[in-house]
Amino acid sequence: MAWFKHLRVAAVAATLAITGLQTTQAAEQFFPLQSYRVGPYAAGGTGFFGGFIDYLNLVNTKEGGVGGVKLTWEEGETQYEVERGVEVYERLKQKPGIAAWNPLSVGIAYALLDRVTADQVPLITINHGRTDTTDGRVFKYAFPLLLNPYSESSGIVNYIGSKEGGLEKLKGKKVVVLYHGSPYGKETIPIYELLAKKYGFTVQQIEVPHPGNEQQSQWLTIRRAKPDYVVLRGWGVMNPVALKTAQKTGFPVDHIIGNVWSNSEEDVIPAGDAAKGYVAITTVAAGAQYPVIQDIQKIVYDAGKGNLEDKKRIGSVYHNLGVLNGILNVEAIRIAQAKFGKRTLTGDEVRWGFENLKIDQARATALGAKGLFHSINVTWDNHEGDGRVAFQQWDGSKWNVVSDWIAPDWKLLRPIIEKSSLAYAKEKNVKVRTSIND
Amino acid sequence: MSTLACKTLAHSAPQAAPLAANVPQARRNWRQYTGTALVLLAAYGLVPAFASPYWLDAILIPFLALALAGVGLNLLTGYAGQLSLGTAAFMAVGAFAAYNFNLRVSGLPLLGSFVLGGLSATVVGLAFGLPSLRLRGFYLAVSTLAAQFFVQWALTKFSWFTNNNASGVIDAPPLVVLGVSLDNPTGRYLLALTIVVLITALVARLVRTQTGHNFIAVRDNELAARVIGVSVLRTKLLAFAISSFIAGIAGVLWAFVYLRTVEPAGFNLDRSFQILFIIIIGGLATIRGAFFGAALIVVFPLLLSRLGALLFGSWFDSGVLDMSQRVVLGVLIISFLIVEPEGLAALWQRLLKKLSWRPHSVA
Repeated sequence: MAWFKHLRVAAVAATLAITGLQTTQAAEQFFPLQSYRVGPYAAGGTGFFGGFIDYLNLVNTKEGGVGGVKLTWEEGETQYEVERGVEVYERLKQKPGIAAWNPLSVGIAYALLDRVTADQVPLITINHGRTDTTDGRVFKYAFPLLLNPYSESSGIVNYIGSKEGGLEKLKGKKVVVLYHGSPYGKETIPIYELLAKKYGFTVQQIEVPHPGNEQQSQWLTIRRAKPDYVVLRGWGVMNPVALKTAQKTGFPVDHIIGNVWSNSEEDVIPAGDAAKGYVAITTVAAGAQYPVIQDIQKIVYDAGKGNLEDKKRIGSVYHNLGVLNGILNVEAIRIAQAKFGKRTLTGDEVRWGFENLKIDQARATALGAKGLFHSINVTWDNHEGDGRVAFQQWDGSKWNVVSDWIAPDWKLLRPIIEKSSLAYAKEKNVKVRTSIND
Repeated sequence: MSTLACKTLAHSAPQAAPLAANVPQARRNWRQYTGTALVLLAAYGLVPAFASPYWLDAILIPFLALALAGVGLNLLTGYAGQLSLGTAAFMAVGAFAAYNFNLRVSGLPLLGSFVLGGLSATVVGLAFGLPSLRLRGFYLAVSTLAAQFFVQWALTKFSWFTNNNASGVIDAPPLVVLGVSLDNPTGRYLLALTIVVLITALVARLVRTQTGHNFIAVRDNELAARVIGVSVLRTKLLAFAISSFIAGIAGVLWAFVYLRTVEPAGFNLDRSFQILFIIIIGGLATIRGAFFGAALIVVFPLLLSRLGALLFGSWFDSGVLDMSQRVVLGVLIISFLIVEPEGLAALWQRLLKKLSWRPHSVA
């Protein structure tokens, strides 16, 4: 049976390939991507990972990589499910030259926290993540870049204060927080209570069970409570449903403030004109006019290597967030290469790069990102980087920025974060670092 | 009406009687254990030696956890005929209870918290199993669905269960048994394997005892069982109790050994259905059915994705490949069930029969 011999050879080859035996090639830095292109959150996933891959392509094409090191990546579909994210992690972690993990999922990030610490590769959770991972003394490898959930809450409260004419004017006001029934949604309950006590407003937390297709009862409760503002901590389909139900129950849409995962075109377009006037927080500006986005359009898309299938999404919030994430990751590699040499870096060396990631306005301009975001200043003990937030309003066809870059109240938040991270360190027997070299 | 539902269920839960091998024999000779012995030898000896950490951590451990849950559900649905859609809820109870016992009772060994997790799942399983005394078939399924939603809601709502953690996600404690740290892939695999082998052996023994026969009697014809003296009340509650215990242990394995975080969303309705499908496709009322089904539903899609990515990775994006893998899996499941409605275990039996030669039979 000659075919059996071929079958055996093919089976061996297939097994080898499946178990991922690979030979290392010339200097490459690898980005494993636990992306989600299908499933309920595909809109955000395709935008974010599309933007990230577009930026990596731009760096490879325009500059031949970072310091001559080519950037490579591989996607593993997770459908936003934790166990699939874990499976992709276990499958891809053997690959050489991993720079960082960027899962864009709170559930997957939680599951990876112990693993990345053991494997010594940074885990980047831009705009989200477990709040206490901001404390780099305890969480050496986790980076909630730009904004952690507590800073976001503080930013929103500061904005509401500015709309009212000053933070003192918040006294006696009523705020309802409508949150997604998940770990991500519940994360900010304590901080809103704290801010409410500090500024004298009352806060009511209302949960929307996942996925949030039906919110009639929640918005009727809101109608009865008659708050001054509603903070929307949504995700996926919960956002447009919230806006439409708000319109049905007669709550003014310009008093709904969306958080950083309720701030994209995919969230407001399905709501139609119920979303006109809706305000949301953001760390990255929308729009395709920024030089780096224009570069991507010219160099990547016109060469046919663009990742987004719908070119109209270039410049959307998720796409720009993906590009910004790319900028931060690549800049960290650049900074690390300046110290360790222009070669494939280890995960720990990239971690050092992230812990020295400083992009001020001048550097942002040099990178073509002036106005795209404000700045970032990561240190070994502050993994968030003091990112600033702005507020944008939807006018029916695009987002318009309606505020300056606001700084959250970091001084107020840091002691709370440290209390939580030190408790974690005690529980898990983690040695608290005293310098960047620990 | 209820007898009609009962008949419908009896029809949909295939009878074990036609297949001679499914009627548990009172005594077995040692030759019938060779197959099991070979599998155990491979599992304990060959796999840790040759398998990569990826295989151990991402394929075999979830396979073992879900297979164990399948064994538990098979006891309840396959042998005792009580359709349950709340398996994932009992898994969740086991996981969270084990976490809380480990956290709050100082000095409790890890395996002790596993057992206590299972026992907590038993209590919840008994509570939600009480309707089985009045309800059958579809209606019982609906009441176990209540278990699924209630448990998930309670675990999210009451932050005591997650130690007042702000986000409600908890990290599993380090795996240390008898002073030996098992926090490496091989250690975790062996821990999961040992637990699964032990419980499966106990269940295999159970179905050959009077209790096991009582389960089958209650499933096949409750009235006749009552007439011949089987205590239907006790039998049904016992089925729920044991099945929930096993599901609880499976949940602990899933959370502590595989994912190493515990969150309620991972034990949702999809998981309950997944385990039900595992036993339906694997073969109701068989022990090996749970393992075959888990292999098809857990391991096979991963292999298929890898193969698809290997062959077609450059032409299609990962989302398209993922969806097409589901299509292939669905078609396979349909074909298997058409070829052998009683599941993979029965298919395996037929294959074995075909391969065993008897010189004097022609065909």
